[in-house]
Parts: sequence; structure tokens; C-alpha cells
Amino acid sequence: MIALENVTKRYGGQPVVDDVSITFGGEGVTALIGPNGAGKSTLFGLVGRLLSPDAGRVTVDGMDVASTPSSELAKVLAVLRQDNHVAARLTVHDLVEFGRFPHSRGRLTVHDREHIESAIGYLELGPYRDRFLDELSGGQRQRAFVAMVLAQDTEYVLLDEPLNNLDLRHMTEIMRLVRRMADELGKRVVIVLHDINFAASYADRIVAMRDGVVVADAPAREVMRPDVLAAVYDTPVDVREIDGKPVALYYG
Amino acid sequence: MLTDPTPTESGALPAAGLHRTRLAASWASPRFRLVLLGGVVLALTCGYLFTDVPGSLAFALRIRSLTVVAMLVVATAVGVSTVVFHTITQNRILTPSIMGFDAFYVLISTLIVFTSGSAAFLAFDEFTLWLVQVVVMVAFSVLLFTWLFGGKRRSIHLMLLVGIVLGTFFRSFTEWMQRMLDPLDFQVLSDAMFASLTRPDETLLALTAGLVVLGCAAVVPLLRTLDVLTLGEPAAVGLGVDHKRVVMTLFVGVSVMIAASTALVGPILFFGLIVANLAYSYAGSFRHAWTLPAAVLIGMICLLGGQLVLERLFGFGGTLSTVIDFAGGLFFLYLVLRKGAR
Repeated sequence: MIALENVTKRYGGQPVVDDVSITFGGEGVTALIGPNGAGKSTLFGLVGRLLSPDAGRVTVDGMDVASTPSSELAKVLAVLRQDNHVAARLTVHDLVEFGRFPHSRGRLTVHDREHIESAIGYLELGPYRDRFLDELSGGQRQRAFVAMVLAQDTEYVLLDEPLNNLDLRHMTEIMRLVRRMADELGKRVVIVLHDINFAASYADRIVAMRDGVVVADAPAREVMRPDVLAAVYDTPVDVREIDGKPVALYYG
Repeated sequence: MLTDPTPTESGALPAAGLHRTRLAASWASPRFRLVLLGGVVLALTCGYLFTDVPGSLAFALRIRSLTVVAMLVVATAVGVSTVVFHTITQNRILTPSIMGFDAFYVLISTLIVFTSGSAAFLAFDEFTLWLVQVVVMVAFSVLLFTWLFGGKRRSIHLMLLVGIVLGTFFRSFTEWMQRMLDPLDFQVLSDAMFASLTRPDETLLALTAGLVVLGCAAVVPLLRTLDVLTLGEPAAVGLGVDHKRVVMTLFVGVSVMIAASTALVGPILFFGLIVANLAYSYAGSFRHAWTLPAAVLIGMICLLGGQLVLERLFGFGGTLSTVIDFAGGLFFLYLVLRKGAR
């Protein structure tokens, strides 16, 4: 499990993550929701050791993120960030190969190659494996990055807003894939989402943040209530049941 | 289901794999490209060593082979440092000179001439001058680096910005001093401002070569890690790269290389940009195991070609930097425009 104990992170005196204690990353998919500036990405940064907390402790499976070698953590925790701009011209295969770096340090074994092949196959990137990333559509590129994370073969997979800039079809594709990764491969996926309806229909558990504090942490259905969502987003949200599934309406 | 307009064939995987191996064996493979570059370098080296010998061949060879070694040292320092710098900063239009290496070199030389005159500058012990410049340049860059990157701040961009500001300050200060010099002193000084590869001091050349090898020894074990760094800091950290330690090691290695070669031959970083970008488009792979040697060899071609043109065509009527910048710049422009048109 990923555990935060009284973790605080400030930017210029302003707390962005404010004395947060939470344990997450159980089996299945956990969605992290909340308005812009709630501290979701900062939380990911703290867990993914890109940021160091001003106070508190972050552990992954009991390993302190601050003192455990980065290369060890990379074997249990994979993080996909929001913006993935690559200056060099890489092919899909080159990118997915990088996922094996924590295990192979760049010298690929037969075992590594198997992982690369299965990740490429899992994301149905076979026909594009020799394409350069800048020759792919947004959805294909996002899948290539997810394949890299998958090839890393970690128990925990953290995805920071993987649906950004994707159209309806590609958003659904990625979410189905996330679900399959959890169900078939036993990954513990934590995913930052802006569309709460995606969170409701694909996640097992929803963690909601606001102003650097966790305001809700419960099974998806329990968070999908008008009062809870209105409090999180500070905007009226109606929740209706359609075919037995809660659907949030916030377009009015 | 995850489907795409392009049909997914079950036979696509092995076919693509086969295509890869065939590509690797063909003329387009990075290995072949590198061998080709090596061939050109060898041919140019022979051309430089054995043609247009005015007197004794043995004498010419002794003098000229020293120049070739100096070129190799400089090409290695410039090629490796620029490519590594690009990867660290995630920016391919910078050169390490942005950290003020060249400016510092010129400043030190100008200071000496300004305070004690050109006669004293010329009489200055070469070794002491070299050592002082190496130590000052490395100390300056490492200080800047640890101050702005080693602490809690850890911002490469802030470090670059401060580097630019300080570099500009050094340049202005240098210019101010140069304006106050008497014309004779200035003449002597400007000679030292242009890189010159002919007749290097043997001891200094050996020392510089040693330091460049040392710098390479810091970079080579990190070749694969450098590949990962092309993904950017967040992704590299996610893949288990100890970003701070790796960048520190690389930076110190690069600083030592540049400082030593600049102190030996003068400001040299000017052609790093051309060399590195030519290497990226030529090498046929993004991997540093290929781009780094390609950059070094292209650097050698620039230096050998430039020196040949300068000596045989213009009879030393110019500077090496003019020749390389002119030819290299034109070629680079051609590459950029061709890419843009595609």
C-alpha cells in the first residue's frame, strides 16, 4: 500500500498538500479526483519522489520514499506524468524498452524482451512499433506511454490525468485498458481523473481532494452523491441513476 | 475493443521484427554510419598529414600529428560536452558556452594583459596559465552548479539563466578592459582569442588529453542512463534514475573536459551546436552510444576540413572558427531547410 503520514508540501508558504494522512493503492482502480489546484498532482509528485515533502513521511509497501534507492522504488511503482514531451525522435519500441530500465539498467535480457513484447501486444501497438512518436495520433502516443509503464512490471501504477486531450473514443479505450490491467494483470492503479463519470464507472474507490486536504475516501458509489461532489467542486452537481449506475450531471 | 483504422494482423509482429534486423544489417544502420564517418576522418587525417609537405616529411609529420591529436582532444571535448549538455537541459539549441566558459577564458587572458601588459602575458609560463584557467573555469561552473542545482532548489533553468547573466557580465567587463588597452597589447590579446590548434605545447596537450579522458570516463558508464534522460526528468526519476547524482557527475565531467581544452587552444565551443545537431540527424539512432561518437567524429571532420581549407587554400589568412562557422553554418542551414520542406 501507498501510505502518507501527516504529509505537508508548501509552495512559497502556501500549503498545497496540507497535513495529509491516507493509505491508498489497494487492489483494483483508485481514482483521485478534485478541482484544479486541489493538490492531486503534487500528491503524485510526492509519492513518485519528484518532490520532497516539507513534513511527514511517504512509504510504498513500507519503503520510505525519501531513503529507499530510486532504482528499487522503480521496480514496484510506475508513474506516468501529465506532460510527456520527448525532444529526441524515438520509436514506440524504443519508448517501451525504457520501461525495462529499472530491471535491466539498459542491457535487455530475453526476459526483458518478453515484457516489452507483451506490453506492446497488450496495448495493440504491434503495427506501430517502428513508428516515431511524433508520427502517432494523441491516443496512440498515450497508449505507447502506458505500454512503457506496463513494461516496467510494477505492482503500483500511477497515472496522472491520462485522458487529457483525448477524444471520447480514446478516453474510453484508455479507461477500459486501465480496468483490464487491474482485473487481468492484478495491477493496483491509481489514476487522476477530471471526468467524475469515468471515475464512477471504472474505479473501485474514489479519493477526493480539495485545498490540499482529502475530503472523501470511499467506494465509488458512496462518493457519487450530490452533497459530496458539490462540496468537492464547490459547484452544484446533480447525480442521477441511469441503468443502475450513478451519473453526475454538471452541465447546467 | 481497442481497434484502430489500420488492421491488426497477427503476422505483423514477426514481420516488423524481421524488418528491424534487416534494417540493422543494412547501410542505414548506426554502426555502418559510424564506420563511414571514421573512414572520412581517416582520409582527411592522411590528407592533412601527407600532402603539401614543404621540407622533411619526418619533421612535418611530427608537427602535424601533434595538431591532429589536439584536434581529437578538442573534438571529443566539444562533441561529448555539447551532446551531454543538450540531454541534461532537454534543449538542443544550447551549448555549454552558455555557462560562460569561453567568456571566462577571455576574461582571464584580458585581465592579465590589462594588469601587466602583453609582454608579461607572452612571458607568462604556459603551464601556470593553463592550470590557472582550468582551475578557475571548473571551480566557477561547479560552484554555480552546486549553488543552483545541488541545493533544495534544483533548477537547471535557473542555473542556465544565472550562467547567461554572469557570462554577459564577464564579456562586458572584458570589452571594457580591452577598450582601455594600447593597440599593441590588444593585438597580442586578440591572437589569443581565437582557437588555434597548430603547435600545441606537448606537455599541456598530454595533460589536457588526460583530463578529457577522465571526463569521458565519467560519461561512458552513464551512456544508457543518458538515453533515459532524453525522456525528461520526471520520467527518468520514475524509471529509477538518481537524477541529481547523475546530472552532477555528468556536469562535472563535462566541465573538466571543456575547461581543459579551452585553456589549451582557446574558445572552442562555437562549433558544438553544429556538430551535435549534425550528429543527431546523421547517427540514425537517439542512443548516446551512437550520437556521442558521431558528434566526436563530425567534430574531427570539421576541424580537419577547416584546418585544411585554412592552411592550403587561404595560407593561414583567417581563423579556424571563421572557416568552420561559415561552412558548418551553411550546411546546417541546408539541413534545417531541407527538413522543413519535407
